[in-house]
Amino acid sequence: MAELSKNDEPQDATPNVSEVDVVDAHSEAESVAAIEAPVERGEPILQVRGLVKHFPLTQGILFKKQVGAVKAVDGVSFDLHQGETLGIVGESGCGKSTVAKLLMNLERATAGEIFYKGQDITKLSGRALKAVRRNIQMVFQDPYTSLNPRMTVGDIIGEPFDIHPEVAPKGDRRRRVQELLDVVGLNPEYINRYPHQFSGGQRQRIGIARGLALNPEIIICDEPVSALDVSVQAQVINLMERLQDEFNLSYIFIAHDLSIVRHISDRVGVMYLGKMAEIGTDEQIYDHPTHPYTQALLSAVPVPDPEARESRERIILTGDVPSPANPPSGCRFRTRCWKAQDKCAEEVPLLAIPERFKDTDSPAAHESACHFAEEKDVVHA
Amino acid sequence: MTIIEEVSVPSPRDGDGGPLLEVRDLHVEFHTREGVVKAVNGVNYSVAAGETLAVLGESGSGKSVTAQAIMGILDMPPAKIPQGEIRFRGEDMLRMSGEDRRKIRGRRIAMIFQDALSSLNPVLSVGYQLGEMFRVHHGMSKKDAKAKAIELMDRVKIPAAAARVNDYPHQFSGGMRQRIMIAMALALEPELIIADEPTTALDVTVQAQVMDLLADLQREYNMGLILITHDLGVVADVADKIAVMYAGRIVETAPVHELYKRPAHPYTRGLLDSIPRLDQKGQELYAIKGLPPNLLRIPTGCAFNPRCPKAQDICRTDIPPLLPVTEQDGAELPGRASACHFWKETLHG
Repeated sequence: MAELSKNDEPQDATPNVSEVDVVDAHSEAESVAAIEAPVERGEPILQVRGLVKHFPLTQGILFKKQVGAVKAVDGVSFDLHQGETLGIVGESGCGKSTVAKLLMNLERATAGEIFYKGQDITKLSGRALKAVRRNIQMVFQDPYTSLNPRMTVGDIIGEPFDIHPEVAPKGDRRRRVQELLDVVGLNPEYINRYPHQFSGGQRQRIGIARGLALNPEIIICDEPVSALDVSVQAQVINLMERLQDEFNLSYIFIAHDLSIVRHISDRVGVMYLGKMAEIGTDEQIYDHPTHPYTQALLSAVPVPDPEARESRERIILTGDVPSPANPPSGCRFRTRCWKAQDKCAEEVPLLAIPERFKDTDSPAAHESACHFAEEKDVVHA
Repeated sequence: MTIIEEVSVPSPRDGDGGPLLEVRDLHVEFHTREGVVKAVNGVNYSVAAGETLAVLGESGSGKSVTAQAIMGILDMPPAKIPQGEIRFRGEDMLRMSGEDRRKIRGRRIAMIFQDALSSLNPVLSVGYQLGEMFRVHHGMSKKDAKAKAIELMDRVKIPAAAARVNDYPHQFSGGMRQRIMIAMALALEPELIIADEPTTALDVTVQAQVMDLLADLQREYNMGLILITHDLGVVADVADKIAVMYAGRIVETAPVHELYKRPAHPYTRGLLDSIPRLDQKGQELYAIKGLPPNLLRIPTGCAFNPRCPKAQDICRTDIPPLLPVTEQDGAELPGRASACHFWKETLHG
């Protein structure tokens, strides 16, 4: 694991997330047993604590020397409950896709922990890690490049069985694949076709079928519908919602389209420059946002209703997102924030329920990382 | 802002009150090995000075091909324009000589493309590329052209323009690059701008900045703007009127407020119903069933009939013409037209 440079140790920005029930597993068999154990609906299935990913920036050819780091993810904590959909929104470069890769263990975290059923998956290996990977699957953004053009649909969807043969014995695979095609609304007779014979929406269904093949518990969807046409988007979203009910799945749904995220998510986290700015239920975030960035983001969404546009307040941010290699001190949003004060440059705001809303029933009482958190409705006319 | 005034572009900006651009019965096909792809099948629309027309459609609807035909940047072959007229200030550009056409392209009609990074030359500084417009079209010296480039960059609100004029495209962020594309399109003060998905590649907060800038500049110069997009939200924000395209045809036209309130074509209605809302959590999304048609084999009759909940026998045989629609009592609805046999049921039902 790469070492963190001295003076920017990531602070745990979330002081009040619940304690994780760490499962003490002393042997691989115990780990696997813990991973296979079922989780009740509504209980946390995935708990992320202080997750950090820094990509080193190096200089020199022969003698590489680290000159800095791109702080793609810098201290992110959240819980995913069984059966829910957690939406993660943010602009490009905010680290949302890196979070997805870290959860999949496709990237090694620089620091922090990811507990899956009480087991820290960043520290697992061997049989236990394999069992985790079976249970956490991913659906990718681009249905054109995420399917191998030289493989038939049957081979693509059936490939997970090569690695996890216990899920479907050899003789049974073809039938399993056809079942999966049927589940995602494709004709099971298409099993021998190649990806280029399908449209974008159909390919995304193939990607979803592949994600479902191993009966996972969590599916991480990274912009699953952003490459699709509007009329096809709705079909895929509806399919994903139906599958969630049918197979009791938990989703992490990463997207930049805020309307779609609201539609599908139970809870939503807003990321900015590697940190979580605000997190809460969909109603709390969309109808009662307290972080200025969330407010600006929501107010900038073009709404397909010309009348609402005229009565809606719009906050137009100036400037661009700063580079994650050299983020602003204190609050990362302060360079574009209209509320910024000296305090914002000095102190990193913690992701916590704002003091003034604490112990109230107000929907504004959700976690927001702003020194001057204030409720402001920007969505309704 | 003075640049534009100094540049004497021979453009009859005063006009005769008629439309700036008029597309009539335009057809475009592509001859490929698999057969003839009919991308545009009889499109009619017009834009006046100072007006914004949004052309809305999904991929393959022919919205970009129509724009490329107007600009005259289609590769021919494989593309072919078997019939139609594109009148700019009353003159049919399709019957013009190549040289006359070139005088219009870039100077009087300019285009903004979706992907600014691949539309800019990576090995030339943005100042050079902006200045090129003035050097080539007005024979300015390098020094003057660079000064103009700085003015333009200021105009599109690029901070510290003088310091950044020698920077290369990769040194700018996506939003800044799109501003440079807008600056380039504006350089010669065109009468018409065609913007093909100008903000699709940008983040929402930056998207809002760029659209606002484009709308401001359009108002200031009284340009016509054709905005090509698939995003119903962006359209609602800036357009005056909308043309909805499906399978190479316009299926509905309407002033922007009317279209969202009361669509007159089942496809438009389906699109509007299939977008989730930001201000409330809905139930299951309405989804238009099926897939957009293959342009090699467009369904007979109305191209939308296999996906349409209202389709009857007549829809499978007769192509519905784009005809004006009216209120129930026969009162006219100016600017509104629908290409549906059952527009009455859709509009009033």
